[in-house]
Amino acid sequence: MDRVDLGALFLHFLALWCVAVGGPSAILPDIHRYVVEVNHLLTNREFAEIYTLAQVAPGPNVMYVTLIGWHLAGWAGAAATTVPLLVPATTLTLLVGHLNERYPNAAIFRAVRSGLMPITIGLMFASATILMRTVNHDWRGYLISLLTAAVVLGRPWNPLWLLGAGALAGVLGFV
Amino acid sequence: MQQPESNKPSVSRLELFLTFSRITLSSFGGALFWARLGLVERQRWLSEREFAELLTLGQLLPGPNVLNLTVLVGYRFAGWSGAAAAVSGYLIWPFLVVIGMGMAYQHYGALPQVRQALAGMSTVAAGLLLATVIKLAMVLPRRWRPWIFGAFAFAGIGLLRWPLLWVIGALAPCAVFMAWRARD
Repeated sequence: MDRVDLGALFLHFLALWCVAVGGPSAILPDIHRYVVEVNHLLTNREFAEIYTLAQVAPGPNVMYVTLIGWHLAGWAGAAATTVPLLVPATTLTLLVGHLNERYPNAAIFRAVRSGLMPITIGLMFASATILMRTVNHDWRGYLISLLTAAVVLGRPWNPLWLLGAGALAGVLGFV
Repeated sequence: MQQPESNKPSVSRLELFLTFSRITLSSFGGALFWARLGLVERQRWLSEREFAELLTLGQLLPGPNVLNLTVLVGYRFAGWSGAAAAVSGYLIWPFLVVIGMGMAYQHYGALPQVRQALAGMSTVAAGLLLATVIKLAMVLPRRWRPWIFGAFAFAGIGLLRWPLLWVIGALAPCAVFMAWRARD
């Protein structure tokens, strides 16, 4: 593995989280670009597996950033990718939360609300398609992804069952 | 009739820490469902509407939406230190669990069955994300402007693979300005 520049990793993640409207799914493509395509720190397959491990673990799905850092450089790496997740989010949220409780109907809150919502959704759609392209190698993979989405939209089943079925399909060599 | 602000329950920092620990440790496949269950139904700290309002705000701010919700709830009930207590409970356990799983993966990840199982789960996880986006898109108004901005954001990131900072930097000010002008 190449030596990892933790300072650069920290700063890049910090900058990303400052603009990460839409949350972890919205910055997934850029993290993939930085870690896999530009710096070649992880392979596509490692990236997909790390992302999935974090999805399977209890807790917010965003913890995949912790796992990327840990995979690259142990505890220091985990800190370098996790602390940037906390700092901009908590400081800005405290500030805006405070203002919002005082002026709930201010025009700026309404403009931001209606203006940024569609961008967020567009970014998340990009994340979903990039993830599908990353993990699926042939039509059977795409079929499982699309079936999953259809089932989730149509049935109130626990997603854990679907993840279990996916694991089974993988072991049986279907994917 | 009701005055939700006036019957805000009193919540200690320890309760915030424990409740968000419980939420995060039961959050398989997304934290949102469990956050609503814990805060609205189990603890009754928030009404449905209060929960929806805080979540909307959390979603609009940079960062993970449920993490931002955690900050807002902690701050509402116990100020700065309440926010710190809630965030600690929410993140400390997943941080340790995910690293534990990373260690296990380094030992067992090379087993072909584990790789195959993970490949199958990755495929399902991509479908889960797609379904979530489709659900979210349903709330967009049926007018052209929001959909154009959504399509630009998708094209810039998903098709052209431009850096996120450029795309947001170009689109967000225009979108907010136009929404401001339209007053909708």
